[in-house]
Amino acid sequence: MITKTAIYKDRFGKLQSLIALFILCVVFALLSDKFFTIANGLNVMRQISVNICIAVGMTLIILTAGIDLSVGSVLALCGAITAGLLKNGIAIHPLNLFIGFTILGAILAGIIVGASLGFFNGIIITKFKVPPFVATLAMLTIARGFTMLYSNGFPISSFPKNFAFIGAGWLLGLPVPVWIAAVIVILAIIVTKKIRLGRYIFAIGGNESAARLSGININRVKIIVYSIAGALAAVGGIIVTARLDSAQPNAGTGYELDAIAAVVIGGTSLSGGRGSIWGTVLGAIIIGVLNNGLVLLDVSPFWQQVVKGSVILLAVIIDKMNSKNE
Amino acid sequence: MLKTKNITKRFPGVIALDHVDLDIKAGEVTAIIGENGAGKSTLMKILSGVYTEYEGQIFFKDNPVHFSGTADAQRAGIAIIHQELNLVPHLSITENIFLGREMITGLGLLDKKSMRSKAVELLQVLGLALNPDLLLANLKVGQQQMVEIAKALLQDADLIIMDEPTSAISAAEVELLFKVIDQLRKKNKAVIYISHKLNELYQIADSYIVMRDGKTISSGNMQDISHDELISKMAGRATNQLKKITRINSGKELIRFENISLRQKYKGRELHNISFSVHEAETIGIFGLMGAGRTEFLEAIFGLHTEAISGNILMNGNKISISKPIDAINAGIVLLPEDRKKDGLVLGLEVKKNISLPALEQIESSGFLDAAKETAIAKKYIQQLGIKTSSENQITKNLSGGNQQKIVLAKWLEKNPKILLLDEPTRGIDVNAKNEMYQLMQQLTDKGIGIVMVSSELVEILAVSDRIIIMAEGRITAILSSAEATEDNILKAAISAN
Repeated sequence: MITKTAIYKDRFGKLQSLIALFILCVVFALLSDKFFTIANGLNVMRQISVNICIAVGMTLIILTAGIDLSVGSVLALCGAITAGLLKNGIAIHPLNLFIGFTILGAILAGIIVGASLGFFNGIIITKFKVPPFVATLAMLTIARGFTMLYSNGFPISSFPKNFAFIGAGWLLGLPVPVWIAAVIVILAIIVTKKIRLGRYIFAIGGNESAARLSGININRVKIIVYSIAGALAAVGGIIVTARLDSAQPNAGTGYELDAIAAVVIGGTSLSGGRGSIWGTVLGAIIIGVLNNGLVLLDVSPFWQQVVKGSVILLAVIIDKMNSKNE
Repeated sequence: MLKTKNITKRFPGVIALDHVDLDIKAGEVTAIIGENGAGKSTLMKILSGVYTEYEGQIFFKDNPVHFSGTADAQRAGIAIIHQELNLVPHLSITENIFLGREMITGLGLLDKKSMRSKAVELLQVLGLALNPDLLLANLKVGQQQMVEIAKALLQDADLIIMDEPTSAISAAEVELLFKVIDQLRKKNKAVIYISHKLNELYQIADSYIVMRDGKTISSGNMQDISHDELISKMAGRATNQLKKITRINSGKELIRFENISLRQKYKGRELHNISFSVHEAETIGIFGLMGAGRTEFLEAIFGLHTEAISGNILMNGNKISISKPIDAINAGIVLLPEDRKKDGLVLGLEVKKNISLPALEQIESSGFLDAAKETAIAKKYIQQLGIKTSSENQITKNLSGGNQQKIVLAKWLEKNPKILLLDEPTRGIDVNAKNEMYQLMQQLTDKGIGIVMVSSELVEILAVSDRIIIMAEGRITAILSSAEATEDNILKAAISAN
């Protein structure tokens, strides 16, 4: 009996988000004739794809009861590095050596840098016992600083033409970033539901002590999760760079907050152990639709922020009320 | 000063207090004695307003009272000094003493001057030459205990309850404490003093009350009862509800512990040269009073105190090294922790996921978790151990304590353990579930598994153990065969180190 109610409640939670999304869409469609069009739908999807990349990594971290504030800066640094390598390669003057990068090489390098920064976060958090909030807050500043150093504070622009395909191209009727986000989402669902790592993530977030006594290597799992989040932030950075044909040194500022908002609206508990990738995708869509609709309605950007914040509050309050009834 | 009539407190499946009558007199120190789980703490929690639901009546200063909470009890004049200190480490001595009872000036600001001078006064009474501006974190445990007492003095309480006040303080500090208690007695206050250290009680108490199984068994003047009489009253004559189980051991040694110790001053825990061996199909019971080091021993050999442990563990004559839980698990040693909710289970996950947690690699096929295999394993143990749950998909939180404990057992059985470490395996579960647990233990030892069980329940220790190890203050004080063990000689050994 209890199981059935529990499952029912879980579905009901997701259903609530879906209903909220539906109502949002209906309201916007009634108020603006530009909203409910295929072009605008694709536009929204492309806009949220970067947030989805980041928010998926954030979901994994929050499921372990952690947090990552550094993803926005990591996104900027990895975007800049991919851009710089693509454009200038690496020149080692004393040896008169020049290493050029192909598009694929530059992308891989960017992702490796992102994963390494996440790995570093993981080491600081597990080996030095620094709380995730503090460790990643420090990385937020450090990575931004390195971005400025690497780019001298200027945008790095104009790349080989094929590179733009990643951010602005189309494939089978959909924007390429949407395909990338979709692949990431599917992989993340497999990770959380079908393999050992995912189970360990839920167990650690649910009860770290019990997980440790079950013989799970807690530190390793956490380090892997932070590395994944770093790599996904890098993917986001590469998409943004390709889309704009330019790596902006201040790219990604505040993106961590959008990602956390998507995770929270999607019903993942900040105390860990409870939540889902699907919820996060739904959360990111709700934020995207809200942004898009408010812009179409010509609502002042200041009011947009007030509305977005209120939606986050509302979502968390509803979630709290649901879990209280359990 | 304080009388109770027919105080009864029920918890689901257990009667913690059974018609308790107390008569605590002013100007006296009353010792309350009993083994772990006798009901002392529950009773104190009722007297100090922690538990507000109970049956029976309390009369305080001849008026019937029913406290609505701890603040209510404090206002009435009852102060309790808990075993675990309730102080804020980053506040000063003065701030701690006045916490919740701050003095304020006419303007509504904190009256720091008056509070400080009052604190100085209280510290003097206690013979403590300490600056009241010191932070609590900088004090020794014994000094912190005195601050807790100062807090009680500030309340000017008429009844002061002290729960194991000397468990963490030095002999010199004990002397000081006894002087303070003597002053309280002279001021016609009543003191309830709970301690396992019988020698102390003869020094300080005027009268005694022995509790056992939630009942008051005996009471009288401290001077009229001998040490041995007290012990046999605590133990009672074994009314064995449990069937004695005897087995024949193969004699083959499974594991040997040699001089297992923890480094001095390691987080306030002690363990000194614990040596014994476990044989195939043998059940070893470890008994000891609170703080004897039983749990620390199990944790140490399960790889949880790596930085502080010394000594050897030998399996089949070969030395093995255990530096983290997975090493122990791989060697075939598994632990059912004392607090299953905190350390044993992920309560928010389904039953099947808790069972499979340590054995996920066994249900993997080409890197993916095999849901069908996982369900099959869960179903097997649900049936084999008789776990009562609507299905393997039930959330573990919704199961009863006994069934949760079976899940902790199930998750280890899939790892084919050779040695089972059980820490208070039947704590907080009802009698039927206890008996089921004993049967399961017997089935496991029948298969040759060795069990090391820590328990605070004498009856349980006597019923299931082939050999009984008694610990006190981190040391083994006796090893008894089941034939020679009685409640009396076990308790004697458990108390003897004092």
